[in-house]
Amino acid sequence: MRNLIGIAGLKREEIERLLDRAESLSAIMERENKKLPTLSGRTIVNLFFENSTRTRSSFDLAAKRLSADTVTIQASSSSTEKGESLRDTVQTLSAYNPSAIVVRSPHVGAPGMITRWTDASVINAGDGKHEHPTQALLDAFTLRRRLGELDGRNIWIVGDVLHSRVARSNILALTALGASVTVCGPPTLIPRQIEELGCNVSFTLDGSSEADVLYVLRMQNERMEEDQSFIPSVREYARYFQINGKRLGANQLLMHPGPVNRGVELSPDVVDAPQSLITEQVAAGVAVRMAVFYELLAGRGPDGGAAKEEAAQVQGVKSTL
Amino acid sequence: MTRPELKLIEPLPPEPTGPPAEQCLSFRGGRPAELLITGAHVIDPNAGHDGVLDVLVRGGEIAEIGSGLKAPEGAETIDASGKHLFPGFVDPHVHLRTPGFEYKENLESGTRSAAAGGFTAIIAMANTNPPVDSPGAIQSLRMRAQEDAHIPVAFSATVTKGMKGKQLSEMAELAEAGAICFTDDGLPIVDAGLMRQALQYQRLSGRPLALHQEDPALTRGGVMHEGRVSAELGLAGYPPVSESTYIARDALLAEYEGGRIHVQHLSCIGSIEAVAAAKERGVQITTEVTPHHLTLTDEAIGDGTDANFKMNPPLRTEEDRQALIAALKSGVVDIIATDHAPHAAHEKEVPFELAAMGVTGLETSFPVVYTDLVKTGVLDLSLVIDRLTKGAALFELPTPTVAKGAPANFNLIDLDATWVVGEEGYASRSSNSCFAGRELSGRVLMTVAAGVVAFRARSFAMQEVGA
Repeated sequence: MRNLIGIAGLKREEIERLLDRAESLSAIMERENKKLPTLSGRTIVNLFFENSTRTRSSFDLAAKRLSADTVTIQASSSSTEKGESLRDTVQTLSAYNPSAIVVRSPHVGAPGMITRWTDASVINAGDGKHEHPTQALLDAFTLRRRLGELDGRNIWIVGDVLHSRVARSNILALTALGASVTVCGPPTLIPRQIEELGCNVSFTLDGSSEADVLYVLRMQNERMEEDQSFIPSVREYARYFQINGKRLGANQLLMHPGPVNRGVELSPDVVDAPQSLITEQVAAGVAVRMAVFYELLAGRGPDGGAAKEEAAQVQGVKSTL
Repeated sequence: MTRPELKLIEPLPPEPTGPPAEQCLSFRGGRPAELLITGAHVIDPNAGHDGVLDVLVRGGEIAEIGSGLKAPEGAETIDASGKHLFPGFVDPHVHLRTPGFEYKENLESGTRSAAAGGFTAIIAMANTNPPVDSPGAIQSLRMRAQEDAHIPVAFSATVTKGMKGKQLSEMAELAEAGAICFTDDGLPIVDAGLMRQALQYQRLSGRPLALHQEDPALTRGGVMHEGRVSAELGLAGYPPVSESTYIARDALLAEYEGGRIHVQHLSCIGSIEAVAAAKERGVQITTEVTPHHLTLTDEAIGDGTDANFKMNPPLRTEEDRQALIAALKSGVVDIIATDHAPHAAHEKEVPFELAAMGVTGLETSFPVVYTDLVKTGVLDLSLVIDRLTKGAALFELPTPTVAKGAPANFNLIDLDATWVVGEEGYASRSSNSCFAGRELSGRVLMTVAAGVVAFRARSFAMQEVGA
């Protein structure tokens, strides 16, 4: 694996290998000294064209725990506004010889395009409404810890599916791991033919009590065009689709990619309910992103000559795991 | 339920202000060709040719068609055995980008690209900067074409002033200045009342209205066909009904006003049905389809990282594609037109959502249709030739014909020669082809337009010229 652009195209074994790796790395994170030397001397660029707190800090911390040097660029208001193209920005950053570029973009396909302009591994940290593969991996990781294998598990993804890259990546990841996925929301927020991704579609919450997991999405007001309203009102939406204490069963797990609009997609009380995995999801983010760096970079030298040294280092790390 | 007989007031006959359509063509001209082409397989459905013939061109006119013709003194003899000679293709839908976007294309490069594709006449679209909405703009373009155009080109003018969709352009004067048709191509005419007025004014202009059909309320934010691929990529879609609803609306308006409309670039089943129903009722409606809509679907967009598959209307489904092929066969779709829409690299090497809409098409039009639809047995070669030449008639231009006494408008094509699109560059200034890298059969060797050699392939250099 050279790049991580999406869950699409990943085989079940590849997903499981990443999750297993994250499992062993998270064990290390329990130790006093959380740092591994694996990527010492390597550079990782975080290129964020959209605001992000948790994803950006999670990637940054994951890189640092593997001893990489990180450069973080919040590019939304810098070079691109001066008219510099994505290609120019990437080629400029490539001059630092980074091992990886982590990119978040408001535009579908930007990470895939970047792979053509750089020798660095490219990791998608969210591209428009397309994919957010590390989010889906950390969600699967969190669920596997609670439920074991996901085969046959019944998972409902509820809310604004139309504008959600988290939903797309999760449909692909969770179905690849054997779960049955149902997306649920008002018809205006469910993309036409989404069922072709391998999920079921429901326009009401009827039947959601059978689910093992309710994965609730954030209402993405920022992705809706100003003059276009997808729901008649937030109040009405909440009445039919909000997950509250009544709709969340005692044995159901609750997930949300954050940040939560309290009182919109979730009632305030369920956010902190015992069924909620929301903070576990955030915690899983670092281990999963370390695993992604490890898979993409540890076996591959910054140049051909370093490959042997790399291999030795990898051996060293393995023995400590 | 059968539709009751329409009791429409018989529309008054038009009183056109402009010159005959033929006089709307501008061209830089050149030395009249003196050629003897021997042993070419001539296919011209209009002239009734389908066989091996010699064609003699003298003074730019077809002087003789037959067997065993001898080259007169001064004529170049071309051994065309194994090659095909077709009447020149006519494309009524080309963006020459002049004025204002010469970095994408200009009159010289665009007409060179057309000649390289075997075309002998084209119609330029009016969505330039500024848009072609004044008689002066038409006149200056025509003067420019008299210096730069490798093949005859006619210019369209906008339907509305500044293409703003608010007020009619001065259609009578524009027709008088030589506008071949009226179009806001690139944008629909949203206001149905204005569309109706344009149809009424057609009685003065006498020229067809060429329509880009799209309801912007249904395509807001869209960048591709709405379907499985858009759902997977998270890209906002253009539902097919955004096109067909406008076609249905304007067909009804044209029927009511006794007007004539040409619907550009049909892309989906619903649009075909709307056109078929209108034709059934006797509405004066004609249509076109592009080579890319005949040969590609939204699946070609793949991972959404190549904006050379972004155009408007978008590539649709396999069912739509098959229906377009069937409609081209049956005649519901009248012609093939390229919608040649050049864009610079920096406008395409950006994420799909930000990229400019449109693809080039002149140099690949025949080879793509030949490779994917004729060689595979889907379409008959003579039908394709008919659909590539009949665009002329829809705009009252003379149809290129391989007939004695006619001006020489033809191309010479090696159907067996293969080439890789883009490998040797393009005649167009832009390289945004959705067929880049494809190996195609059918190489244009030579194009003779309005009696002048307009294009000759590099590998097909001047042969023996008689003493």
